[in-house]
Order: sequence, then structure tokens, then C-alpha cells
Amino acid sequence: MEPFVISVMIAATPFLFAAMGELVAERSGVLNLGLEGMMLMGAVTAFGVAFTTGSTVLAVAAGALAGAAMALLFAVLAISLMANQAATGLALTIFGVGASGLIGQGFIGQPLPPPVKLAIPGLSDGTMAGRILLGHDALVYLALAMAVAVAWFLARSRAGLALRAVGDSADSAHALGLNVTATRYAATLFGGAMAGVGGAYLSLAYTPMWGENMTAGRGWIALALVVFATWRPGRLVAGAYLFAAITQAQFYGQGAGLGVPQQVLAMAPYLATIVALVIISRDRALTRANAPACLGRPFRADR
Amino acid sequence: MILLEPRPAPSRLFSLASPLIAIALTLMASAALMAAMGRDPLAALSVYFVSPFQDAYGRAELVVKAIPLALIGAGLAVCFRANVWNIGAAGQFTLGALAAGGLALALPNAAGPLWLVPYLLAGCLGGMVWAAIPALLRTRFNANEILVSLMLTYVAGLLLDLLVRGPWRSPLSFGFPQTRDFADAFALPVLVAGTRLHLGLVLAVLACVGLWLMMTRTLKGFEVRVVGAAPRAAGFAGFSEARTVWFAMLLSGGLAGLAGAVEVSATIGKIQPDIGAGYGFTAIIVAFLGRLNPLGAALGALVLAVSYIGGENAQILLKLPKNVTGVFQGMLLFFLLACDTLIRWRLRLRRAGEA
Repeated sequence: MEPFVISVMIAATPFLFAAMGELVAERSGVLNLGLEGMMLMGAVTAFGVAFTTGSTVLAVAAGALAGAAMALLFAVLAISLMANQAATGLALTIFGVGASGLIGQGFIGQPLPPPVKLAIPGLSDGTMAGRILLGHDALVYLALAMAVAVAWFLARSRAGLALRAVGDSADSAHALGLNVTATRYAATLFGGAMAGVGGAYLSLAYTPMWGENMTAGRGWIALALVVFATWRPGRLVAGAYLFAAITQAQFYGQGAGLGVPQQVLAMAPYLATIVALVIISRDRALTRANAPACLGRPFRADR
Repeated sequence: MILLEPRPAPSRLFSLASPLIAIALTLMASAALMAAMGRDPLAALSVYFVSPFQDAYGRAELVVKAIPLALIGAGLAVCFRANVWNIGAAGQFTLGALAAGGLALALPNAAGPLWLVPYLLAGCLGGMVWAAIPALLRTRFNANEILVSLMLTYVAGLLLDLLVRGPWRSPLSFGFPQTRDFADAFALPVLVAGTRLHLGLVLAVLACVGLWLMMTRTLKGFEVRVVGAAPRAAGFAGFSEARTVWFAMLLSGGLAGLAGAVEVSATIGKIQPDIGAGYGFTAIIVAFLGRLNPLGAALGALVLAVSYIGGENAQILLKLPKNVTGVFQGMLLFFLLACDTLIRWRLRLRRAGEA
């Protein structure tokens, strides 16, 4: 039980980063389907920086920058040039898969020491609760802290209110004097940086190595998590842990020798995502209550 | 400062010129990328974009590569026109290959050209079944078809892996994950001796021309376009959105499945872990490059085929990594989307003193 809970906390971390960033972007009305591409670029950049400098902090920062750079590309096309957001997001993913593979070809098979864990002597190894709750690398806690910060920002801060206004009615927000374009750029860049950190977590801590397409659809699952959470940060945290539990249960199923082929168990996270989408989406009142009304619609000021 | 100013009507000129400008910009950016990688840009570009045309065999290979892309791309063009976002063509391609391949493996002694008919139909059916899942979940439960169809692509990949490594693996494969060879009856006939150009070309041309006629000349095509462009108006006209979702998904899924069946029959004659499902994603670029027009998709398929063959040549001749092709393809879609802005907007310089 104890190793399972610990592995779930670790597996939930990339979901939390990527999905929370996307939640903020979507709350401002921007639907960025390029999460997978941004995560991959974050993963390969972070790995490369960690590999050459040995600094985990620099590596995470580089991953965030790479994700944000990809998001900037998206923002120029989808926000400034008003290109179709779905198509632009797909382009970001196709480009990210190719570019990360190209950058990372020299890193394949190279090992990386796992990041330093937060160790508090006597606490993090003394009791079971201590081992479960403490003793992870810093990013596990950073993800949770970021989730709390986003929840507070969206619900309680003036800027968060402005961001939600932009996402719910861009025209009204513009009429009130809010800068729709700047808000959406900021939210999209934040989403990209968080996706980059999520990717960095995969290549630095989750499996300290680089492999082509190593995100294996996590970016898409994170997109589904935002819908599953009906655009609410609290539910997103619960959803990220639930999905992490499903991905981890799969490995325990393999180990337990259930007689089920490994490929069938590996389908579990994808099938669970579909089931979760159906359960949430069938209740239209639930999704409509929180979905940003202007999600995916380009905005241009008439005057 | 440059301003975007709305055009009174979408520009037809830029709708057609945009892919050409995008291709030109992609070539320039590719040259810059090659120079950044320390290669001679002109030599690299000539391998990428000229060498595929050098001899008759190479030109036939281009068409062979374009066949699955055109089949999938034409279906996706109709689907995207209907504002239905089937992103899972790769999974439908895989299921088509599995359904048709399953039939071929079950009939090792089949002989006679007529067996190709049930083989290809099985491919269509496999793709349609896989596309029916997102269609059902979207129309009944309002579940997002982008995410569902994409998740199913991963499931399809795992199913393929399971079958070729497990029950379908050939006892003669020395442990390699691949099935037995299909009987000759299931091999698509070659059209031009000395090349690999196969009957799939006829199917792709029929699909592109047929769907173009449907979109431009029939009520169904009108319905698809109206539902996609103005769902509320379509509702008043009595066009059902759910029916259009079903139609678009089954059509694009069936064509992707057909492409899967054609591809494994014509190029490998068996099933293995890599059957080229990535065409399902590249076909998205094909559809956009072809202006979401099925005939345009045929041209788009040829352009993307050049990048594939060029990429293979560059891998052999220049030892360039295969991911360069993906980067080129991604850049092409970026530039295309950027240029498409000029269809509905025009650029104007802001004059001094103007707000």
C-alpha cells in the first residue's frame, strides 16, 4: 500500500502541472490542444540542461521556458492572427513531437541521476505517514502549492476575476477596459510554462531519462482532466490523483500476474479517460455551469 | 504598426495562394534549420525536395506514399468542414488494417481476385466501428470527439501490439513480432510493371473525386457545409447536427480504415508493429493544405509524400535524423495557418496619429 501511494503522488505531478496550466489558459478562453507538444519540448530541454549542467533547478527553469516558447508560437497564431485554435494546437503537437525527437536524439539511452529528495531526518523516514507525505522531490510539493495558488488566484484575486471575465465574455471584458489580448497571452504562456515543467518532471524525476514520445498521451489526458474537473482547480487536483492511481494500478496489475496481457492493462488510462469524459459530459448543466463561455473563440476589438 | 483589417468577403485568391506561400516559407525555414545543424542548406534541400522526382521509379513511389494520405485526407476534409474534429484517424487506420488483416490471415488458402472486395470492405468496416465510438459518445453524451478519438488511437496501437506479439504472431518469424504473409489473393495488383504503383491509386482518386462531387453537387454536401459553418441556421433548415456528426465520423473513419487495409496489403503483405499509422496525423495537414476540399487533399497528399520520400532519402544519403521530416511537416502547418489569416483579413499600415 505504501509504495503504491508514493508512486501515485509522483505520477500525479506531471498531470497536475500540465492540466492546471491548461485550466488557466482555458479559463481565459484559449483552448490549446498542443499540451503534448509543449510537454515533450519541456521534457527534452530539461533533460538536455540537466545532462550538461547537472543542475536540476536550471533544468526545470529551462523546461518551463521551452514550454512557454511553444505557447508563444501558439499565442501569435491563435490569438494575434486569429487562426483556428484546434488546428493550431494540433500543429504545436506535430511540431513538438518532431522537434523534441530531433533535439533529443543524442540523449537516448543516457542516464541521469534522480533529483535530490526532500529529506527531514526522523520525520521523512520514521513513520509511514512521514514516508508517504514527506521525502519526495521538491516538484511534488511545488505542484500542490501551485494548485492552491491557482485556486486562490482564480477565486479570490482581482486579476483572476479579470481573467475569468475575459474567458466568459471577451466583448464585455473589453468594454470594461480590460486588455483581452494581453490577458490571453499571459494565460497561454503560463499554461505553456506549466506544461513544460510537467514534461521536465517526466524526464528528470519520473523516469530520469529521455525517450521519444515519452509523454505517451499524458498531454491529452491532461486536457481531458480539465473537462473532467469542470474547469475547477479543486476537482482538478482530485482528478489528477485519481488518474495517477489508475496509471499506477496498471503496473501493479502487471506485477501481480493477473494473466491479463500487459497491453490490455496499458489501455486502462486511455479507457478511463473516455469513461470519465462521458460521465462528466452527459450532465450538460454541470459542464455548462463552469465552462468558459468564450472557450476557443478568437477575439478582435472592433474599436 | 501593422493592423489587420477585415475584408468585405473572404479572399479566394489568398485561399489558393496561402498553401503556396506556406510551402515557400517552409522551404526557407528548412534551409535555415539545415544551416543551423551545420549542413549545406542547398544540398540538403535538393535531397529533400528534388531527389524524389529524379526517376520514374521515384515518382511512382511518391504516388504510393500519397495514396493513404489522400484517402484519409479527403475524408478528414469533409469531417473538418462539418466542424467535427476527428483526430483519431491513426487509430481508425490501425483498426482497418487489423480487420482486413484478420480476414486475410483467417483465409490462408484464398485464391482469385474477388477476395480483395471483402478484404477492403473489412478495412472500411474496421475504421467505421472505431470511429463510431466517438460519434456515439459525442451525440449521446456530448463527450468531446477530439479527446475520445485520440484516446482510441492509443488503444488501437496497444491492440495491434498485443495481436502481433501474441495470438497473431507467425510461428515462422523467429520471434519477430509479425504475422504470416497474406495469401497472394489479398495483395493489391500493381498497375505499372517495374514500380510499386498499385490499385489503391484508383481507390484514392475515386474517393477524392467522389467526395468533391458530393460536397459541391449534392444536398448532403450542402448539409455538411451548413452544419459546419452555421449550426443554428442548419437547425432551422431541418438539418440534424447529430446526423452530420455520425456521417462525418463514419465517412472519415471508413476511409482511414480503407487506407489501413490498402497500405498493409500493398506495401508489406502482413501485419507488424509499425504499419504507418502516423499517416493518420499527417493527413490532418493534408486536409488543411488541400483547403478542406477533397480534390485539394489529393494535391496536399502529394506535397506531404515528397517530404516523406525526401526524408527517407536524406536519412540514407545525408544521415539526417528521421525527425527532421516531422519538424518540416509541423512548420508547414504553422505557416499555413498563419497565411490563412490573409484570407479573411488584410494588412494595413497604421498611419501616424491614428488610434
